[in-house]
Parts: sequence; structure tokens; C-alpha cells
Amino acid sequence: MELHILLIFMIFAAIVSLEIKDLLSSVVAIGAVGFALCLAFLVLKAPDLAITQLVVEILCLVILIRATIRKDLPLVIEGRWVFNTISTLVFVGIFLLFSWWALKELPPFGKPIMAVVRRYLEEGLSKTGAVNLDTAVILDFRAYDTLGEATVLFTSVIGLMAILRRPGRKE
Amino acid sequence: MINNPKSGMTLIVKTITRLTVGLILLFGIYIILHGHLSPGGGFAGGVIVALSFVHIMLAFGKDVAMSKISIGLASNLESIGALMFLVVALMGFLGGAFFMNILAKGRPFELFSAGTIPLSNISIGIKVGVGLFAIFMALVILEGTKK
Amino acid sequence: MVLYFLCLVLFCIGLYGVLRKRNIVKIIIGLGIIEYAVNLFFVLLGYRFYGRAPLHAVDQKILNMVDPLPQAIVLTSIVIGLGITALLIAIAIRIYERYGTFDITKIKRLKG
Repeated sequence: MELHILLIFMIFAAIVSLEIKDLLSSVVAIGAVGFALCLAFLVLKAPDLAITQLVVEILCLVILIRATIRKDLPLVIEGRWVFNTISTLVFVGIFLLFSWWALKELPPFGKPIMAVVRRYLEEGLSKTGAVNLDTAVILDFRAYDTLGEATVLFTSVIGLMAILRRPGRKE
Repeated sequence: MINNPKSGMTLIVKTITRLTVGLILLFGIYIILHGHLSPGGGFAGGVIVALSFVHIMLAFGKDVAMSKISIGLASNLESIGALMFLVVALMGFLGGAFFMNILAKGRPFELFSAGTIPLSNISIGIKVGVGLFAIFMALVILEGTKK
Repeated sequence: MVLYFLCLVLFCIGLYGVLRKRNIVKIIIGLGIIEYAVNLFFVLLGYRFYGRAPLHAVDQKILNMVDPLPQAIVLTSIVIGLGITALLIAIAIRIYERYGTFDITKIKRLKG
């Protein structure tokens, strides 16, 4: 029941953040979506994810506000606006219709099959010695994924420093 | 941090920052070190450590923050963090496979248990924390030198 | 079942933002909404009624925990999403310096 309320709030906040004209207000609205997602992770019994989502959302907001402050400009509507919007809405409507039929094949909400994870739950403490099973999964059973993610973060830092370089002469 | 020139924010923000930024850094280190006992781990703790440095930079201006950690030091620390993670992975070859958990498992619910998991947590925490602070510093330096 | 469908509605709102907006910052915000929807969908797949968080306790007898495998994957995905957003914002700042606008219909010169 709480999840339905949180999801409807997230949908409203997302629509607000896309349609509003001021850039700073839309950044604040996306922050509201992120905080509601952190609450949803808490309701779904995932405390690791709630902590990580909260602090990542704060850092993302600081970076976005840094980039969009004092940089507004008015936009004017031109071209074939009505046709483009209606065709996009028709495409989205067809996608949602087919997804309603496809979602009936999933197991019902709250009763997962868990064929692979049963061994991780039973042998997790004795094989790794870690009490937190999330950490045991990402750093012992599936450590390759963590190596890949460290590589992606490294690449993003290098790429950002290469983009924001000031070409100039030394004085 | 003893100066009060015209850079940074107002006096109230500077006083509160002086009192709380050490506690934020300590909290981040606590979450990194206790990653195998309670929720958290390397990623969340690393982002909290990065947020403490960003807090100093927002409150005092960029000169004070860059005198604490310059861009060269941040790049070196991030590379050291990534290399430490690879060394912990290659140490598994002594046990038979890549990424094998070879140190002693110990008793559960203690700080020094669970093999190589605390070492991986520390190296990932250093890497993520310093890397995200380097991202923010690159954005701020660009805005400062715009012509 | 309705929860999965609401998740996909959130995904479609983000998709509409990426396709139809003309301001670059709105496109980046739409991409962020898509990423929130996908993370929530993953965690919804692994929930079990009357389950516990995946942490051992000192005096625990029954072992009905929620699924820790989707949580591990989503943890990685959240931090990668932050890296993507930071890189896109850097490109947007560079575009504003060079062209003086955030409007994508006015960024047409490919050389220089």
C-alpha cells in the first residue's frame, strides 16, 4: 500500500520536473523523485541501497545546480509541434499496451522463485565470514562486476578531466 | 581556514562547517570500515567522504580547499586506490583462482573477519571518494577561469 | 502487478522527456528519470512478503530473507549513473560556452 503512494508521488514529481519552465525548479523536483526512491528502497527492505541512493542523489543535485544556475533562456515553439507530440504519445501508448500483456508472465509480486540465491543464503556466512550478505555477494561471489564498475568510474573521471581542460600557454 | 575574506559563504555557514565537517569525514570512514557487519560498504562510504570535501569547498571557496588537496594529489590517490583493488584481486592467485578469498575467515560479528573483504572495501572507498571530489573540483576550476 | 506497470509508466515519462524536449538540461533530467525507474524495477523483482533484510542477526532461527542478488546489481548501477550524469553535465557546460545557448535546434555547426 505504501509503495503505491510513493510511486504515484514519483510520477507526479517527474511530470512536474519535465514541464516547468524554470531550470532551478526542475532540478529541485528531480531531487524530490530521488528522495522518494530512497524511501521506497527502505520499504522494500534494502538498507544498503537506501544509504547509497541518498548520498548519490545529494551529490548529483549539487553538480546539477552548479551547472544550471544563471543560465536560463526563453524557448519559442516552432515547426510541426502537434504532429510530433501526438506520434510520440501513440508510440508510448502502444509500448505500454504490449508491456501490460508481457508483465503477466512474471511471477506475482512477493513470491519470487529464487532458484540461484538459495545457495548464497545458506552458505554465505560459512564460506565468506561476512555478516552482511550484500557485501559478501558484491565483493566475494561476484567480484568481477565490482572490478568492471571501478573501471567505469575511472573512465568517467578521466573523460571529464579531458573535456574540461583549458588549452592555454603557460605564463 | 582561519581567514574570512570575501570568498565563500556567510559567517554562520563557515562556523557550522568548522564544527561538523570532521564528524562527516569520521562517519564516512566508519561506514567504510564496518562494511561487512552493517549496511553500507565501500561505495556509500566513499561518497560520504567525497561529500565532506565538497562541503569544505562550498563553504570556504576554492582556494582553501585546493590548499588541502590539489588536483595532482587527487589523481595520484585515485590511481593508488584502483591499483590496491587489483593487488587484492591478484593475491587470490596464491589460493588457486583470481579473486579468491584467502585470508583467515575469523569469527563472525568481529571487526577483523571475513578475509579480504575489509581490504577491498578500503581500496574502493579511497577510489570512489577521491575520484568524485576530483570531478567536482574540475567543474569549479572551469567556472573560475572563464573569460 | 500494478506496481510493475506503474514502474514502466515512470520509464515512459523519462523516455518522453528524452525524445521531445529541446533544452539539453531537460534531456539529462529525463535520462535520470529512466535510470530511477529501471533500478526500482530490479529491486521490486526480488521482494518477498514478510521477508527480512539480508543481514544475519545474533539470535536468528528462520532464514527468510529478501533476494540479495538484485540489490548487489542495483548498488553498482546507482554509482555508474552518477558518473554518467556528471559527464553529460560537463558536455552541456562546454556546449553553452561555445554556442551561447542550450537549445538543440541551434547547435548545427559540426566543424570548428
